[in-house]
Amino acid sequence: MALLIVQLLTGLANAMFLFLVASGLSLIFGVTRIVNFAHGSFYMLAAYLASTLVTALPLGPSSFYAAVILAPLGVALLGGLIEVCLLRRIYRAPALYQLLLTFAVVLVIGDAVKFFWGTENRTGPSPPGLSGSVPILGQLFPTYDLAILLLGPLFALSLWAMLHRTRWGILIRAATSDREMVGALGVNQTWLFTGVFVLGTWLAGLAGALQMPRVALTTVMDSTVIVETFVVVVIGGMGSAFGALLGAVLIGVLQAFGILWLPREFHLAIVFILMAAVLILRPWGLLGRPEAETLPPGGAVGLGAGGRLRAPGWVWAGVLLMAVALPPLLPAYYVWVLVEILALALFAASLQLLVGTGGMLSFGHAAYFGLGAYGAALLMKRAALPMPAAFALAPLVAAAAALLFGAFCVRLSGVYFAMLTLAFAQIAFAIVHQWYDFTGGDNGILGVWPSASLATPVRYYTLALLAAAVGLGFLWRVTGSPFGYTLRAARDHPRRCQAIGVNLRAHRLLAFGVAGLCAGLGGAIFAFSKGSVFPDYLSMPMSVQSLVMVLIGGIHALAGASVGAAVYKLLDIVITKYTGYWQAVLGGVLACLVVAFPHGLVGFVQARWTRMRTSLG
Amino acid sequence: MVETPLLEVRDVWKAFGGVQAVAGVSLTLPRGEVRALIGPNGAGKTTLLNLLTGQLACDGGVVLFKRERISGLPPERIWRRGISRTFQVTATFASLTVLENVQVAILSHQGRSRDLFSRTGRLAREAALDFLKRVGLEDQAENVCASLSFGDLKRLELAIALANEPELLVLDEPTAGMAPQERMDLMALAVTIVRDRAVSVLFTEHDMDVVFAAAERIMVLHQGRVIAEGTPRAVRDDPQVQAIYLGGLG
Amino acid sequence: MRYPLSRPNRSGKLALAIGPVLVALVVVWLLGIPSRAGAQPPIRIGEINSYTGIAAGFTLPYRQAVEMAVEEVNAGGGLLGRRVEVLFRDDKGNPADAVTHAQELVFGEKVALLAGTFLSNVGLAVSDFARQNKVLFVAAEPLSEAVTWSQGHRHIFRVRPNTHSQGRMLAERAARLPYKRWAVIGPNYEYGRRAWETFWARLKELKPDVQLAGEHWPTLGKIEPSGYVTALLSQQPQAIYVSLFGSDWIAFAREAGKRGLFQKAFFVGILLGEPEYMEPLKLEAPEGMLVTGYPWYDIQRPAHKEFVAKFQKKADRTPVVGSLVGYVTFLSIFEAIRKAGSTETEKMVAALEGLKIETPIGPISFRPFDHQSTMGAWVGTTKLDPRRGGGVMVNWEYVPGEKVLPSEAEVRKMREAAK
Repeated sequence: MALLIVQLLTGLANAMFLFLVASGLSLIFGVTRIVNFAHGSFYMLAAYLASTLVTALPLGPSSFYAAVILAPLGVALLGGLIEVCLLRRIYRAPALYQLLLTFAVVLVIGDAVKFFWGTENRTGPSPPGLSGSVPILGQLFPTYDLAILLLGPLFALSLWAMLHRTRWGILIRAATSDREMVGALGVNQTWLFTGVFVLGTWLAGLAGALQMPRVALTTVMDSTVIVETFVVVVIGGMGSAFGALLGAVLIGVLQAFGILWLPREFHLAIVFILMAAVLILRPWGLLGRPEAETLPPGGAVGLGAGGRLRAPGWVWAGVLLMAVALPPLLPAYYVWVLVEILALALFAASLQLLVGTGGMLSFGHAAYFGLGAYGAALLMKRAALPMPAAFALAPLVAAAAALLFGAFCVRLSGVYFAMLTLAFAQIAFAIVHQWYDFTGGDNGILGVWPSASLATPVRYYTLALLAAAVGLGFLWRVTGSPFGYTLRAARDHPRRCQAIGVNLRAHRLLAFGVAGLCAGLGGAIFAFSKGSVFPDYLSMPMSVQSLVMVLIGGIHALAGASVGAAVYKLLDIVITKYTGYWQAVLGGVLACLVVAFPHGLVGFVQARWTRMRTSLG
Repeated sequence: MVETPLLEVRDVWKAFGGVQAVAGVSLTLPRGEVRALIGPNGAGKTTLLNLLTGQLACDGGVVLFKRERISGLPPERIWRRGISRTFQVTATFASLTVLENVQVAILSHQGRSRDLFSRTGRLAREAALDFLKRVGLEDQAENVCASLSFGDLKRLELAIALANEPELLVLDEPTAGMAPQERMDLMALAVTIVRDRAVSVLFTEHDMDVVFAAAERIMVLHQGRVIAEGTPRAVRDDPQVQAIYLGGLG
Repeated sequence: MRYPLSRPNRSGKLALAIGPVLVALVVVWLLGIPSRAGAQPPIRIGEINSYTGIAAGFTLPYRQAVEMAVEEVNAGGGLLGRRVEVLFRDDKGNPADAVTHAQELVFGEKVALLAGTFLSNVGLAVSDFARQNKVLFVAAEPLSEAVTWSQGHRHIFRVRPNTHSQGRMLAERAARLPYKRWAVIGPNYEYGRRAWETFWARLKELKPDVQLAGEHWPTLGKIEPSGYVTALLSQQPQAIYVSLFGSDWIAFAREAGKRGLFQKAFFVGILLGEPEYMEPLKLEAPEGMLVTGYPWYDIQRPAHKEFVAKFQKKADRTPVVGSLVGYVTFLSIFEAIRKAGSTETEKMVAALEGLKIETPIGPISFRPFDHQSTMGAWVGTTKLDPRRGGGVMVNWEYVPGEKVLPSEAEVRKMREAAK
């Protein structure tokens, strides 16, 4: 019994940190409708900053407390700066661009932390006066955690008072429930947004600074915390600060008791299972309010002109000729790079069908790529199929998963859709990662090499080229088919589309299946080119990568995704070769793309081309 | 022998939060009749139309179409039964060309929406051009819909709505936001088209000139209830209607 | 079409400015294609390690020692009359990225061999690549015993003493302790599980009456430490075996200290005496824990003192075990190339088999039948040293690999079983 109570207190103390981070994210989302990936980065930054301030400030023991107050303020200031310089430009942009821009901020802050603090694990100093423990029911309980347990509710109360008793808070709540209304009230929306962003960032920073004496400071703190925070915010209800409190308590307690009662295989998956369950049963979260989503025209991804690239015939012929004739002349490594580009092109193009043509912002597309790869590996290693058979059947594994997950996802739209795809991808990731007996867990599956007759680079490239041609040709065909046009119609105006007899869910589900199939084919190509499969193939960074490729190419042209894949891969190679700060460079490129080339490279070239031709007459 | 009505609405209710938007409306609409639904702002007109075409679910009551119950069906199934509609805020597919807008609707009617392999370009092209001709948009066929004028968008929406050869056409303020002469033209066009094929029409409209020019019968909705129904003349002379419209103005 | 808030004109110009930059990057890459011709091309060695990601905290001092070894060999005229060049690649802690780099290094840069890796799953992935493509891979730090045994092959060698050796060293000592009720906490990950399995198997052999009071396997890098500490407290083990590492260990140790777990149970920690783990904890490190580690401050061998001095000068910091392993790995590679007189893979493999190398900690050799080096580890207990501001190892002894490594017959049996 004593154990249970102490475990409960432990879970609650952890929940208080989650609450601080999550309430900030939730407030920002509520008002600006931006899903801010960089939120975890501010948390990390504040923890590092606080640990440095403690030693730098000449205040003796009280420098700890000064640091805990100053670091979040510094981070909030930075948050304000980023809001004013970057985010302000994209509030009305489609959600995809917002996500990718905040992701660019994540990359840059991540590298900044590496640059200033190094990559070695650090520990923050203990809080003077609170570093000991007190006995509770015969168990020692850290004094600091106890203080946090008291402080947490205090913060929740002040937040409540701020939101309900001050003019500014009432404005925040009004903006959360109806954005247009605040504009009508004659409030300066710009500064309201900035203010909320600063407040939210400050909350993240506060949590980070307060965490400093408890945990290890690492360069991956940001991604660990942001994923948990998403879960909390989604469960509690996006935009609801008290939802964040409830979500945090649920997750904190669930984790504390999960350790005791759940088999270890479930530890990774449990929170995402909960997140998916909430999204399926009550998409707007436990305390959130359902709303008719006010999406920008064209839904989550913006409105694009065409679904297909109209390039002159000689461009296509040239590309084809190069693809066939060049590889035998290239050194082996470059042939492998081309194989990888083919795999990624399928991955990106299949996502383009969902995001560009279908207007469905999938945040977990790596699941289908990865399951294609695992399908290939498992069919070959566990079912002992010959390699060509495993290669051919693997996409079906991915398609089956896509149809299963898709059946739930297509019931939602916008950011809720994105979150549910993320949750499913994380569940798939957790299963692959933890099911050691079947998938090999994080050791992956090794020895997944092409059969002997296909093992030379050029031969495997030929197979990959054929497969990619079939896959991309299929996607191209689908985009131009009645199905594809109807999918675009459903993106442009869902209600209208329903009112011409289209079952939106069934239609979108079919798109999900097609995209899963093609992503799975990409995964199979990838698996045999690497000779191994790993859970990382299904991970969130991989999903983000696919979105980046689509964005680089331009979300509205199918060919764009392939170009995006090629440019992304080459950039990756060049950047990795010449600098250790590849993240920062990638982040910079990403930010430029969002701000300067919202329609991607292909869209940009196409526009220039059209303009040139019209000006030439 | 009494002819079966095309549409029969029995005691339909709908509330939003505490507001009773539609409070026990019943109506019957015979085949081939053009009927206007009028009433002051907030009378529940759009809500009623949304209940008929499945965008909203009724809290109570039944909607029968050709004697079969359609209330409770999703919009796409209702459309397949032969009821088509336009929206108050123009609803077209902005990234498609004018022609493709209509093609998509026709292909849906032909049950080919999920055809993954055919090339859309030539499919149903003639039929789509035919619809465009009827609404006078054939010159605009290849233009992207986002570049159309407001009036042309309204025409396009009409063409889309006709694509399934509906037996009942529901028009929610088909002429809103247009210039007076354009309004009369568009409504006249709509009426000509439907008369050719004995299609029934139920429409809402603010412009009384349009209403009286086009409608055979008029229903007046006030605070979610039908307060009058009859020929244009009878409705115009109804004191209760006058009270609402004039009183509302006064 | 653009979204409303971006300003068309400026965006267009910015786009025009960025376009050429992207093109230039691609051109730079393509220019790299023609192989660099020259009379005496350098010997190129591909090095893959986790310079970012979950293991980033360990790899910088490793890299600094590798650079030191390379500088030394080049200062001495290189190898076979050629300069040595190491190409470092960051696998970001992902096996998949490591394989991509292996492809690039082997097929693109034409390196003579691959070296490095820290995480076990990354090491196994690169090893599989080496097997398939018949490239030599000298694994530096991955600890999973599978690397050289159940998944061993002709082209893999490994320097650092593996989980089996270190687990056994600890078990030999732990068996002498009076504790019977044991619990374990480790990451749910190749290394964490292997490190426990060997230890426990050996301990049960030596002391059949031990029992398991509880086991805990948090996800690598995602530990929620307080819950586990409470759970362990409630199970009341007499001794706890820890195979956590990195940030997981630090977070766990801080909670365990505050909640009195260190006082309530005896701790055995594999690797946890290494400076990598002791230093970040400063004075929060537990005392009296039985560990394997690296007491560089107390090793009196002149060669080692020289190594420490050189390293401190080069890196401006004290060495960690990764530094030693990195240095020894590259000394071994250099020695093998010298002996082989060539950078042909098969000749280097032949040279490495049975090769004896003089290292700062004495001679080690690569066993010809399993390619595991005989580098040993230090076993001792921890103690806080306020003068140094952190924990140190005391009562330590160096256990050479020969003492704990299995015989050729046993290795053969393990390889058979894996098939």
